[in-house]
Amino acid sequence: MLLNMVGYILNGALTTLAVTGIALPMGFALGLLLALARVYGRAVVSRFATLYSIAMRGVPPVVLLFTLYFVIAGTVNISPFWAGSVSLGIISSAYQLEVFRGAILSVGQGQMMAARAIGMSRPKAIRYVVLPQAFRVVIPPWSNEAATVLKDSSLVYALGVTEVLRRAQFMSARTHQPFLAFGVAAAIYFLLTFITNRVLDSVERRVRIPSH
Amino acid sequence: MKTILKVEDLSKQYGGQEVLKNISLEVNEGDTIVIIGPSGTGKSTLLRCINLLTKADGGRIWLDNQEINAADVNEDEVRQHIGMVFQDFLLFNHLTALGNVMVGPTKVLGMSPDNARAKALMELERVGLCDKTDHYPGQLSGGQKQRVAIARALAMDPRVILFDEPTSALDPELIGEVLEVMRKLALEGMTMLVVTHEMGFAREVADRIVFIENGVVVEEGPPDDLFYRPKVERTREFLWKISELYGKRENESDGDVL
Repeated sequence: MLLNMVGYILNGALTTLAVTGIALPMGFALGLLLALARVYGRAVVSRFATLYSIAMRGVPPVVLLFTLYFVIAGTVNISPFWAGSVSLGIISSAYQLEVFRGAILSVGQGQMMAARAIGMSRPKAIRYVVLPQAFRVVIPPWSNEAATVLKDSSLVYALGVTEVLRRAQFMSARTHQPFLAFGVAAAIYFLLTFITNRVLDSVERRVRIPSH
Repeated sequence: MKTILKVEDLSKQYGGQEVLKNISLEVNEGDTIVIIGPSGTGKSTLLRCINLLTKADGGRIWLDNQEINAADVNEDEVRQHIGMVFQDFLLFNHLTALGNVMVGPTKVLGMSPDNARAKALMELERVGLCDKTDHYPGQLSGGQKQRVAIARALAMDPRVILFDEPTSALDPELIGEVLEVMRKLALEGMTMLVVTHEMGFAREVADRIVFIENGVVVEEGPPDDLFYRPKVERTREFLWKISELYGKRENESDGDVL
């Protein structure tokens, strides 16, 4: 019976991964763009990115999820899965904005100056000198955000999406074994974040710049 | 004698303080001009205004008869022709020595990777580092880093190279190898504008020394003129004080046992 329970809840992991697989890359693309706008953009653009960051990070993710869900599902006819995933992507982009911003700033103005000194335009300097270095520095905080998105994907249970948490809830109600059901859910989340962190650790080792 | 660089009435203010006051300067082809003066008197600012990293408040700059700080100039293009070597090296940390020297030719000049590699190897050879091509900046000594930085500037085939206190951040033992490369470049006819405290280098290699203090040119002329027949008392005072400091170390490295 335990095996059935585990199997049923585990099936939700695919949905969990799917939600994360949409939200995280979306947060990455949007977050990186906004970070560049924040650091290198003109006053108006930079200020917009700042406000975006403050707003999206100032509210609990679940509140934002509901707000965004009702906005998105109100205008476009999409499933809770997609609405939830996109909402999480938008939320994550604000946190990733800050993560990338920190990484870009840590590279230092000297690098930009040296790049301009050999005739690189600002876009080229960003692309060939600043970002390659920023991407190495960003891995530890980013892996933290990746784990967060994975765990926050559980919030879409509130929209009715049958991922791990929702299934655990269902199992718990059916078998009256909440400890077991939610224990399995917790174990699955732990395993997913653990694997993610280890993978990113190995990526970090692989791209590390040699030094003495 | 062809004038490569001409600076006319350059002025720059920082926070209400005038750092450069109507500075004028001319650099001819093949010249090695050494700029000396107390710290904080605008020497670095002058270099950064020349390669347009800093926007001057007033004055004009010509590179090969093109007015480069006019309003409609493509600054990125101008900087391809003016090399710069920084006090803190500022090598690109994520690239090897070869990568650092190649990146300008490939990404800015659009050279093919093969041609760029050949060019980069040539410049690294020129600075004596062909055995360190695969090393990253973090694996190099200060003197080696600075020499890579020089090779990086050379790879762009600049009309003039600006050196901003190139040895000030180096351990005393490593200064010699960098000065030697610079001396070699000067002898090969490279046009150089060097801000430095290294009086030995100034005396031996400079065609002209320019003494700047408080944002103005106090005196300028051939090394012998400034050292032995200075027109301004302050020049004499500054030069001999600094020579005392730096000349002593040169005597030590010549092998004198003290």
